[in-house]
Amino acid sequence: MQVPSAPAAVLEPPSGPPSGRRSQPAGRPAPPALAAASGAVAVMALLPALYLVVRAAGGDPAAVVRQALDSRTLALLARSCGLAAAVTASSTLIAVPAAWLTVRTDLPGRRTWAVLTALPLVIPSYVGGYAFVAAFGPRGVAQQWLSGLGVERLPSIYGFAGAWGVLTLFTYPYVLMTVRSAMRGLDPSVEEAARSLGRRSFIRVTLPQLRPAIASGALLVALYALHDFGAVSLLRFDSFTRVIYQQYQSSFDRRSAAILSLVLVAVTLAVVTAEGRTRTRARYYRAHSGAARRAPVTALGRWRWPAFAACGLLVLAALVVPVGIVGYWFVRGMASGESAGFTLGAAAGSLQASALGAVAALVAAWPVALLSARHPGRFAGVVERSSFVGYALPGVVVALSLVFLGTRLVPALYQTRAMLTFAYVVLFLPQAVGALRASLLQVPPEVEDAARSLGSSPMTVMRRVVAPMVRPGALTALALVFLTVMKELPATLLLSPIGFQTLATRVWGATSEAFFARAAAPALALVALSSAPLAYLVFRESRRR
Amino acid sequence: MRRCAAVLVLLLASGCASTEDKPPRSSPGAGRSELTVYSGRTEDLIRPIIERFEKQSGIKVKVRYGDTAALASTLLEEGDRSPADVFLAQDAGALGAVSERGLFANLPASVVDRVPQRFRSRDGSWVGLSGRARVAVYNKQQLPDAEVPESALDLTGPKWKGKVGWAPTNGSFQAFVTYLRKLQGDDRARTWLQAMKANEAKAYQNNIAIVKAVAAGEIPIGLVNHYYLLELSREDPSISEKAANKFFSKSPGSLVNVAGAGVLKTSKRRDDAVKLLEFLLSDDGQGYFATKTFEYPLVASVKPDAKLPAIDSIQSPDVDLSDLKDLQGTLALLRETGVL
Repeated sequence: MQVPSAPAAVLEPPSGPPSGRRSQPAGRPAPPALAAASGAVAVMALLPALYLVVRAAGGDPAAVVRQALDSRTLALLARSCGLAAAVTASSTLIAVPAAWLTVRTDLPGRRTWAVLTALPLVIPSYVGGYAFVAAFGPRGVAQQWLSGLGVERLPSIYGFAGAWGVLTLFTYPYVLMTVRSAMRGLDPSVEEAARSLGRRSFIRVTLPQLRPAIASGALLVALYALHDFGAVSLLRFDSFTRVIYQQYQSSFDRRSAAILSLVLVAVTLAVVTAEGRTRTRARYYRAHSGAARRAPVTALGRWRWPAFAACGLLVLAALVVPVGIVGYWFVRGMASGESAGFTLGAAAGSLQASALGAVAALVAAWPVALLSARHPGRFAGVVERSSFVGYALPGVVVALSLVFLGTRLVPALYQTRAMLTFAYVVLFLPQAVGALRASLLQVPPEVEDAARSLGSSPMTVMRRVVAPMVRPGALTALALVFLTVMKELPATLLLSPIGFQTLATRVWGATSEAFFARAAAPALALVALSSAPLAYLVFRESRRR
Repeated sequence: MRRCAAVLVLLLASGCASTEDKPPRSSPGAGRSELTVYSGRTEDLIRPIIERFEKQSGIKVKVRYGDTAALASTLLEEGDRSPADVFLAQDAGALGAVSERGLFANLPASVVDRVPQRFRSRDGSWVGLSGRARVAVYNKQQLPDAEVPESALDLTGPKWKGKVGWAPTNGSFQAFVTYLRKLQGDDRARTWLQAMKANEAKAYQNNIAIVKAVAAGEIPIGLVNHYYLLELSREDPSISEKAANKFFSKSPGSLVNVAGAGVLKTSKRRDDAVKLLEFLLSDDGQGYFATKTFEYPLVASVKPDAKLPAIDSIQSPDVDLSDLKDLQGTLALLRETGVL
């Protein structure tokens, strides 16, 4: 069946001004198929929590909670929340200007910067952490250089400041990516209208329009900082996740670990709910025809080169330093006769696992994002919050929950590629949901209504009308999940088919005995392989419109 | 978009194709033709020796590599549904935890009798494969050999303020504290931890970080396992010029802990599993650990690296390594003293 392919052009603007803040009627009830699909995804995402409840149950719960939550544990929880808040704030402050500079200005070498500023996303925090300690730790590379200049001591990299800095440098791309794709979907005419009325357009008009994208990116950063174990332990920041790891690592006490993990789930749900509260019923889509054109490029004028320098500094800190250190290890290792340390099989394993994970996460995220964007309400809220459970937990907890459930419920699938892909979806679903949702919000529902009124079935509307319009968001979702799976370790180690290798498991295998030289080759390959799809995506996006 | 999609389709297709190449799997543990090993020790270390075993015995082996504690937890979660036949663990604590849940089968005398009593479990459910001693690593330029204390307990003096590196989150360190508690009681262990903390002992992520810090002159001395220095020296020879190991001669001495293995009760290929352990405890297998990791061989006929003192000369009082699995009390003590 044929459907008009340019729905925006046939639309009449709805009544009322196309302002971004007008409230709209409460969400329409979701169609049963959508409700069922998103409900199923929510149940899937809640599986780790189900396991935790099973593990935590039994005995006197009050006593265990008392034991698990002594004052020191609570203090650690508070510290972790503080770190998450700080990392979120700094990531947003870096990412939003960086997104604007690389999308909307005449920054010299804009597209190259667009790729380079997103690249730190591909550096696993355990590699980045090692590299930063090697660079800025006591007697590190930086110290050795600076001692020639008479600098005897650098401020310590260990503790809160170090963890804050390192986590910020490796997580700001989550905000950057979502904001950038939203920025491309913005309607430039809104800003033009604002300017014609003498308003400064970025703060008053553009920024509020970007709010869903900023919020979803910031949420990913906050929860990442909350559940991260690699970077915080390398930088010796005492965090709540470390307590959970200790329960497994030194006492094999799965019950206490489960109870502490449930505490983390509760905190996460509180954070996600708080983010939900910041949402308004504002509209973020263009509401009239003729807006599909390139947004004007802002001339930076005399700020061009300072902006260039700022991007350079950011890339230097977040990309050049860690990759440089790993490259140095690689060269040193080669010189002392180390073998390259990874096989093409590992590279192929990484690509395969990441591609499967990304596609599966996108498919699972679709109904959740659609429900949340089109039919907001209590049910949508519950579904969306559920999708965060796996993301909030340390990877090993999610992996063990799937070990428990997999051996009991689907033994035939246990430790197969299908199971591994499922684990990736449970772990990284919110990345896909956030990016998709931000993009869906920019599509006017009236377009869908129009297509429906012209006789299209809901599936056709999705395929022919909505899917093309949310392509930037879908690609961002794919990229985020793809790149995150490239770095994933605990689930890959425990749930992959036996003998399955990825570059990340090779890095891990080599660093756990501290042979940095041997870890360097797979780590560099990991960064290089991840960069290619990211560069393709960014270049492609910046050519469009 | 189309090109991107084509690449994706190719990748997915290759993923599916390579899954189909493998023989179909039925329920875990049933009808597999190869021996399945969960290894908490690294692939770089284990793969060569496993390949040697495959060649010699004609038995096919598949290994899942992972973190020792995570794999132990995995075995506990899998319970009697585990696809694993053998568990190779980095430390006795993990073996003890799996053994405590009754998941290990009893090992035959052909395995158990190769290893001295103190390096295996009393009930014969697991066996040590290699030994590691807790020693001090010190910077030779900053600290003359004569000034290095003869006991870890002597590092609490004012002379060592801010100068000792340790790794409180590390399993080997926690095993040492557990051992100290068993040997001298909780009060003595508490006093020592408090004194070390008051003396501003520096916490590091792991043993490797400590050895590197000592070699770099960041701290003059640190508490580690004996083999890290030798291993790191192989990668960077300048490390052995700057740092050396000190085996403690006074109580509590240098605890010798083990990395070891057990055979799962659910294994359908127990004979092959036992053959693997026999091979790892053969002169060939033990010699491999001694030269590759610088750990102590536990079989009397195989000598350790020439730079190391004989295992019998190490002051390490007889302690049942199975007892070291009681880490809950140690963790509580470490937290109570603010060390963790």
